[in-house]
Amino acid sequence: MTNPVQALNSARVRGWLYQALFLACTLAVAWYLVSNTLTNLATRGVATGFGFLHREAGFEIGESLLSYTASDTYLKALAVGLLNTLAVSAAGVVLASVLGVLIGIARLSSNWMVNRFATLYVETVRNVPLLLQLVVWYTIMNRLPSPREALEILPGIFLSNRGMKFPVLVEHAGHGWVLLALVAGIAAAFAVVRHGRRRREATGKPFPTLPAAIAAVLLPPAVAFIATGAPLAFDVPALAGFNFEGGGSVTPEFTALLIGLSVYTAGFIAEIVRSGILAVPHGQTEAGLALGLSPGKILRLIILPQALRVIVPPLTSQYLNLTKNSSLAVAIGYPDLVSVSNTSANQTGQVVEAVAMMMLVYLIISLAISGFMNWYNRRVALVTR
Amino acid sequence: MIKHSQADQAPIPTGPVPPAHWAASYEEEPSQASTPPQANGMTALKPFGWAPISWTRNNLFNTPLNTALSLACLALLWLVVPPMANWLLLNASWSGSSEACREAAGACWSVIVVKHRLIFFGTYPYDEQWRPFLACALFVAMLGASGVRAFWRPWLAGAWALTLVGMGVLMWGGVAGLSYVPNDRWGGLPITLMLSVFSIALAFPLSILLALGRQSSLPAIRTFCVGFIELMRGVPLVSVLFMASVMFPLFLPEGVTVDKLLRALAGMTLFTAAYLAEAVRGGLQAIPKGQYEAADALGLSYWQKTMLIVLPQALRIVIPPIVNQFISAFKDTSLVTIVGLYDLLTAATVATTDPEWRPYFAEVYVFAGLMFWIFCFSMSRYSQWLERLANRYTRR
Repeated sequence: MTNPVQALNSARVRGWLYQALFLACTLAVAWYLVSNTLTNLATRGVATGFGFLHREAGFEIGESLLSYTASDTYLKALAVGLLNTLAVSAAGVVLASVLGVLIGIARLSSNWMVNRFATLYVETVRNVPLLLQLVVWYTIMNRLPSPREALEILPGIFLSNRGMKFPVLVEHAGHGWVLLALVAGIAAAFAVVRHGRRRREATGKPFPTLPAAIAAVLLPPAVAFIATGAPLAFDVPALAGFNFEGGGSVTPEFTALLIGLSVYTAGFIAEIVRSGILAVPHGQTEAGLALGLSPGKILRLIILPQALRVIVPPLTSQYLNLTKNSSLAVAIGYPDLVSVSNTSANQTGQVVEAVAMMMLVYLIISLAISGFMNWYNRRVALVTR
Repeated sequence: MIKHSQADQAPIPTGPVPPAHWAASYEEEPSQASTPPQANGMTALKPFGWAPISWTRNNLFNTPLNTALSLACLALLWLVVPPMANWLLLNASWSGSSEACREAAGACWSVIVVKHRLIFFGTYPYDEQWRPFLACALFVAMLGASGVRAFWRPWLAGAWALTLVGMGVLMWGGVAGLSYVPNDRWGGLPITLMLSVFSIALAFPLSILLALGRQSSLPAIRTFCVGFIELMRGVPLVSVLFMASVMFPLFLPEGVTVDKLLRALAGMTLFTAAYLAEAVRGGLQAIPKGQYEAADALGLSYWQKTMLIVLPQALRIVIPPIVNQFISAFKDTSLVTIVGLYDLLTAATVATTDPEWRPYFAEVYVFAGLMFWIFCFSMSRYSQWLERLANRYTRR
């Protein structure tokens, strides 16, 4: 049997000792904080628990994807907030990716002027706080002319201080079928791409993947469209009295938040795209040329697959950042999850529950996004021996 | 566009007798020195004639696509630059009242002239505003000095301690004949500067501990660190700030209150520490395993190994990501406006709500944006310089 002094010299025993100490300290601090919180809540007469979720919220929410009134429950109000967060994040991710890839490629342009414009964009957007940019976009949205003098940025799309108005398709039963056909077409396109890759890997013969995939996506909806005879009519917003009638619309808050988030994140995505493309050694392009591949094929078969490997992990964090940054909505009055939680916490006094739920929801969103992107990353990652 | 046309490939002689057209381009090599290199680092292939013309041809009009893009850019410049120049400078009004601005067609910089004290110092007592000015000047001077390689000596820490005491005296007052100013009257640039620098300074040691904990072989400590880092990185800073501002008072025993500024600082510190910890972890992972083994073979203890062998190398590697994190923290400071603190952005927003100057919001935001831009841009340039400095000995 080793004596206690010798045992203390063993790394394993000391490890256990340190951990026990650490745990004891953590628990003591946690217990202290929790007991303080409970005492404070008791003296302020605040109830605890999640019962408040089923009470009437009593506040209006400016925009909502669900039907919501002030007499609905807090739970529903929070659901509205969550959906608003998801809506603006999803739209922002798409817009920011498109803009970011374009600017990232422009940063690599051999055209000196295009190159400088892209650099100017990146340096400006990345070095000014997002909140400042959002406030500026929101102020601009609010000081746009009234609907009567609305700006027509594209035919049928109007910007005014009431937000953005755009044409939407007139609803018809046939559209459901067209949508279904589109889903089927996308599935078919995936099958075509897979088949093309299998054949190329098995036989070495090229397969016209891109045209075939485009045809697979577009043909079924076109057939369905003609077969059901759905009308291609748009409900174009038109001025009636002091406001627009018809068409779809988004509020100034949503528009400002979407533009701000996309423009800001695009600056970061551009840098990721640029570094991803630069990370592919030039010898790869030369090898492709030596094989006699066309520039388009080199880009699609050699450069992009290797660049994606470098791009996907940092791109994931940018998507996460965009989603989390959508919480700045609270500053410009867009009713996102944070803003609704904050209002609920203020009204009920149940701050701890509201903050805990808000954090939990964001954690779940973060995990979901990074889970999906990690899955995608595994697919594009380099297989090393 | 990505380069892949054959014309861009610099010819490489491989055989004993290169083809004739290769030789032709070699002969042109010496004259290339006069033309500037292209943006992508390649030199122009056929420089002849007057340098600016050949440069323009090679960089702007070398392919049909580039010609089209260049023309589009020129059109954009023509559309944007003259109106901008008119608005920013030529037609701007630089002084006087809002009436003068209404008559001028351009920007109204008089709003900055009138409101600059509010934007910079918020609600700090007007007659005492030389004090925050002096404090900020001291602070910026110390920041600048800390960036100089020759000043990285132990006395710098002492100088910082003195500066901080000096700033505290200047801002609070109450001694040496200065009147006392409670910190809820502070605002503007001092708040932005102090919150960002203090949160970073406090987060840095914390982040090293967290990163070490995450790499530790002790499961309890590792789990705690992983949990903390992932929790903080998974939620938005706004929610951390809300938590700090509304939940900290609940955590504390009755009767003890913590200042609003301090609560925001605590929230920002915890948040920044989680992000910095991941940067530091990157550096720890980049240290070759042999370094750890060599330290173990020398019989060094864990802390000796960490402080003498591992951390010095790891921190040098991660200087650029750390500075990038500093830039984000500086920008994120503007978020404290959401929990009701009076930083530079809040002060600017308040300035735009004055009915007299309400139409001139753009000027105020351009000015505030420029302030942030100057700090962030200089930090990012500094990080590039640091990166070169850190790689000086590792480059071949």
